[in-house]
This record gives sequence, C-alpha cells and structure tokens, in this order.
Amino acid sequence: MNPEPSAVDTVIDAVSAVFMVVGAVMSLGAAIGLLRFPDLMSRMHAATKPQVLGLFLLLASVGLQLRTWWVWPALFVAWIFQVLTVPVSAHMVGRAGYRTKHLHRELLTTDELEAVVQKAADKKTADGRAAGGQEADERAAHDGPADDGASA
Amino acid sequence: MMEVVLTVTAVILSLAAAGAIVRIAIGPSLLDRVLASDVLLAIIGATLCIDMAVNRHQNNLMLLVALSIIGFIGSVTVARFVADRREHPNES
Repeated sequence: MNPEPSAVDTVIDAVSAVFMVVGAVMSLGAAIGLLRFPDLMSRMHAATKPQVLGLFLLLASVGLQLRTWWVWPALFVAWIFQVLTVPVSAHMVGRAGYRTKHLHRELLTTDELEAVVQKAADKKTADGRAAGGQEADERAAHDGPADDGASA
Repeated sequence: MMEVVLTVTAVILSLAAAGAIVRIAIGPSLLDRVLASDVLLAIIGATLCIDMAVNRHQNNLMLLVALSIIGFIGSVTVARFVADRREHPNES
C-alpha cells in the first residue's frame, strides 16, 4: 500500500518473518511436549499454552503483511475467540482426566480438587442412605470417585 | 526472503503435525487423542495464517474463526461424555 518500497517496508517484512518463524516454533514446542510429557495433565499444559502465543504472533504477522488497518479488528476477533475457547476446552479435558484418573498422583505437588470431590461423594452417599434402598446406595458408591478402576 | 520463511515454517509445522499425529496414534487414552487432535487443528490454523501472510490475501480469515469453533465444540463434547473403561488406573 505504500507508494514506494522503503526501509520501513523491509523492517516490517523482517518483523513479520520473525513472528512467523517463532509462531511455527511454538506449534513445534506444543507437539514436542505432547510427545515427551508423561501424563495427561502435563500434556494438556504443553498442548494449550504455546498455541495461544503462537496464534497471536501469526495473526500479527498477517496484519503486518497486509498493510491495511481494517483487517486488524477481524484478526482481533479471531484471537479473542481463541483466548476465550482454549481455557474452557483445556479445563474440560483436565476435569474429565481427573475424574477418569488419567494422572500420576506421584507427580502432583498439590491436589486441591481431592477434598472437594471427597466431600461431594460423602454428601451423595449420605443422601442415598437418607433416601433408603440398596439401589441408591450402590449407585452412589459406583459414581463416587472412591472406586478404584471400576469400569463404568 | 518470504520464500525462505515459507520453507522454514513449512518444515517446522510439518514436524509439529507429525508429532501430533504420532500422539493420536499411540495415545493411551481417548483424552490424549482429543488433545493431540486439538493441537493438529491449531497447526492447520497456523498454516492458514502463514498462507495469508506470505501470499497477502485474507481469504482464510473466516475459516480460521470457524476452525477454532469446531475445535472448541469437539474437545468439549468429547471431554464431557468420556467414560473410564480401563482395567488399571495410572497406565497413561
């Protein structure tokens, strides 16, 4: 869009080239973490975090290369959408991984969810006793997190 | 300069996609495969971005937003309805 190719053009090209290479390296880092980390939680950590920065860098390089101002809001919408959805899906995957015990307990330094899950299981068991009947009790015991490796 | 950048990023993203596909193939659990396919989708989005930046067009912009919507819905749905069917815990 500039009338004459100038030194500014070269600088913008160089910056966007660096952004593109670094953004691609972020994807590579996510893939390496996915391959090398031992359990689901650390793999989730590696898979979700570099992608946000990588996508930001790549969208910034798109905006720098197009040299138009009106493309920036669309890029911003794309990035905001990514930032809003990635934590939610990572949270859901981590939650499901905790509930289905896809984690190595010896690798955790702290487990703040365990007390909450235990409390919910106790409450469910107490409710089942109050309602009476062996079926409700069995169901509570089956749904609770205390059963080790019982097939669903 | 753009040709060099295109080659370098193509090599890097191909390696990343290969790693994600390997994790989809060998992933011990369903959630690992979901995570790896999410990463693969993000890599495809990165290639769309690089295509737009190198060739200076904006045809892929809406495709990029749609891609993130699809990835979000897919991983949340699978994580919501996943069930535990393993014999031994901690084998992942």
